Amino acid sequence: MNDLPQQLANGLLLGALYGLIAIGYTMVYGIVQLLNFAHGEIFMIGGFGALTMWLWMPDGTNLAVALPLMILMAVACSVLVAVGAERFAYRPLRGAPRLAPLITAIGLSIALQQAIWAWYPDATKARPFPEFTGSRIELGSVSIQRGDLYLLIAAPVCMIALGFFVSKTRSGRAMQATSQDPDTAKLMGINTDRIIVMAFAIGGAFAAIAAIAHGLRYGNVDFRMGFIAGLKAFTAAVLGGIGNIYGAMIGGIVLGVAEAMATAYVGNIPGMEQFGGGSWKDVWAFVLLILVLLLRPQGLLGERVSDRA
Amino acid sequence: MRHRSLLILTTAVTAGALTLSACGSRDDDGEDGGGGGGTTVVIGLDAPLTGDLSALGIGIENSAELAVKTANENEEVEGVTFELEALDDVAQAQQGQQNATKLVGNEDVMGVVGPLNSDVGQSMQKVFADADLVQVSPANTNPALTQGENWQSGDKDRPFDTYFRTSTTDAIQGPFAAQYLYNEEKLTKVFVIDDKKTYGAGLAGTFAKEFKNLGGKVVGTDHVNPDDKDFSAVATKVKNSGADFVYYGGEYPAGAPLAAQVKETGAKIPTVGGDALFSGEYISLAKKNAEGDIASAVGAPLEQLDTAKQFIKNYEAAGYKDAYEAYGGYSYDSTWAIIQAVKAVVEENDGELPGDTDEARLAITEAMQGVSFEGVTGSVAFDEYGDTTNKQLSLYQVQDGKHVPLTSGEFEG
Repeated sequence: MNDLPQQLANGLLLGALYGLIAIGYTMVYGIVQLLNFAHGEIFMIGGFGALTMWLWMPDGTNLAVALPLMILMAVACSVLVAVGAERFAYRPLRGAPRLAPLITAIGLSIALQQAIWAWYPDATKARPFPEFTGSRIELGSVSIQRGDLYLLIAAPVCMIALGFFVSKTRSGRAMQATSQDPDTAKLMGINTDRIIVMAFAIGGAFAAIAAIAHGLRYGNVDFRMGFIAGLKAFTAAVLGGIGNIYGAMIGGIVLGVAEAMATAYVGNIPGMEQFGGGSWKDVWAFVLLILVLLLRPQGLLGERVSDRA
Repeated sequence: MRHRSLLILTTAVTAGALTLSACGSRDDDGEDGGGGGGTTVVIGLDAPLTGDLSALGIGIENSAELAVKTANENEEVEGVTFELEALDDVAQAQQGQQNATKLVGNEDVMGVVGPLNSDVGQSMQKVFADADLVQVSPANTNPALTQGENWQSGDKDRPFDTYFRTSTTDAIQGPFAAQYLYNEEKLTKVFVIDDKKTYGAGLAGTFAKEFKNLGGKVVGTDHVNPDDKDFSAVATKVKNSGADFVYYGGEYPAGAPLAAQVKETGAKIPTVGGDALFSGEYISLAKKNAEGDIASAVGAPLEQLDTAKQFIKNYEAAGYKDAYEAYGGYSYDSTWAIIQAVKAVVEENDGELPGDTDEARLAITEAMQGVSFEGVTGSVAFDEYGDTTNKQLSLYQVQDGKHVPLTSGEFEG
């Protein structure tokens, strides 16, 4: 068990990545009760946006210098696609039965994947993403990649900023009001359409920031990367209590740590050799999800809402 | 609580939809054989032309096309014009089987080259066997495809008479690497990882068995999902196991990030794998972390073979955008073997193919057993199981961003 701190760090970083993506699922669900399954692809497009910016840079540019511009470009691409999806795919279906926008989301997800596959140069295979050079950073018995510093800084900063925005600003409070009761919020003079667009935009921006973390961590981006990451982030959002932004991050971290623990230790339990290791980690992650939902159907931080749905 | 059942429904629907999306079909080109006069023989091809493994698949397609072109230009078989019909299997067994059915349905198809993946090959074998249509794979390395499920216990039994391959098998590929690493590199502790697929698990198994026989120690094993990107937890396990190197049974889309993440933990140990890691893509994915990694590949290095020089020259002259990759030479030879089998049948049968499709296919399959020629990868001929008689293997190491040949030889098991 002497590698426990390292495995916890592995899980924490992976979980923070899931959490950032999960924010998008949870915010949109909290406000319009829509599961935006195209969110994984919005994440993927952020990665390609950042890559495009990097390719525009002259050769030999320092990655640390390029990073802010890459973040801007990634956020711009993801937000554009997210807001576009809301405007042209979901808004026309606002009054339609719940399943219609859901199927639209699945269709949009496939369409976005295929669009990148077909039109982004060389995207039929994984495209290499720039990485920080230099050795790992040692913190006692834990060591992390240079690129993970970005995630380590970005995740808490984003969460604090979002928490501040939602609780302290006018728009944030309008958002909370819309999520609690859209009709009354509208009567109180809140432009709910604008709030919905804002939820999509924030989700997109977080996904873009996560996409850069993904690129820096794994060294490449590909057109299918949103599928698994999106599914895991959705799981994290449900685990943490869908609709709750802190729940999304906590759900992500719990999921990431559970995966790392399952990979590292389940195989060591006598009689469980068969069920340990990397191939079983997803099974254990979902076992955990089911257990949590059995005990707390609303998720870790979710509130019981009986007036919805 | 309608809302919870909606969540469950959603998850189910998504899972279903995403599975389906993985096997979209491509349209036919709808082109009909031109070639005024004479017969047109279509050679089918199945390989992953899109997706993660497309680098290898496109190398296979281009090389087969080159063989077809060469045969037509030289009028290799008098009165017969060859054509290639390439189908994309996206590395999925299910799609491969659909493609097989489609190729069988085309009466002009007299032989099929491919596929790349052993599990895809497995799914196609029966379809071709039922139609007596000959199949020559340039890249399937799982021994069971030719020698039956019980090959390991020495009880070899050829399951399908229509299946041939020009690549050697994992039964010798894994042990070949094990011997080199133990005897030459003096590495004694290995961490074995595989991706649970037909190819990966088989390869890792044969490697580990030989390595233990030699006196080496397997200090840990793990299995990963081929679609995963995050291997940090596995990498930490590898580091703490004190292994001298990692043996990975699987393909480069997961192998490259795995190798990179193992090195990122600070463990300075190479990752070793089979021919599915022998791709330029492996290096471009793992970047500087690929340095020192070793891959085995079937055959001698093409660049060192006299027979391959003409192939490499022609391939470059044809101006293909993508490299011929690990299986280009084998794909050329597989295609050429089909052409030779067609030639043998035509010569037997007074200068033309038997009119009846089934009869022609059966005759070509039977002729394949006797095919023998000097190909790109050396002499090409098949033994009683449909395996190549060429048992040459090589190991390559990544040095300065390129695969450099380390050693080459015939495996004596």
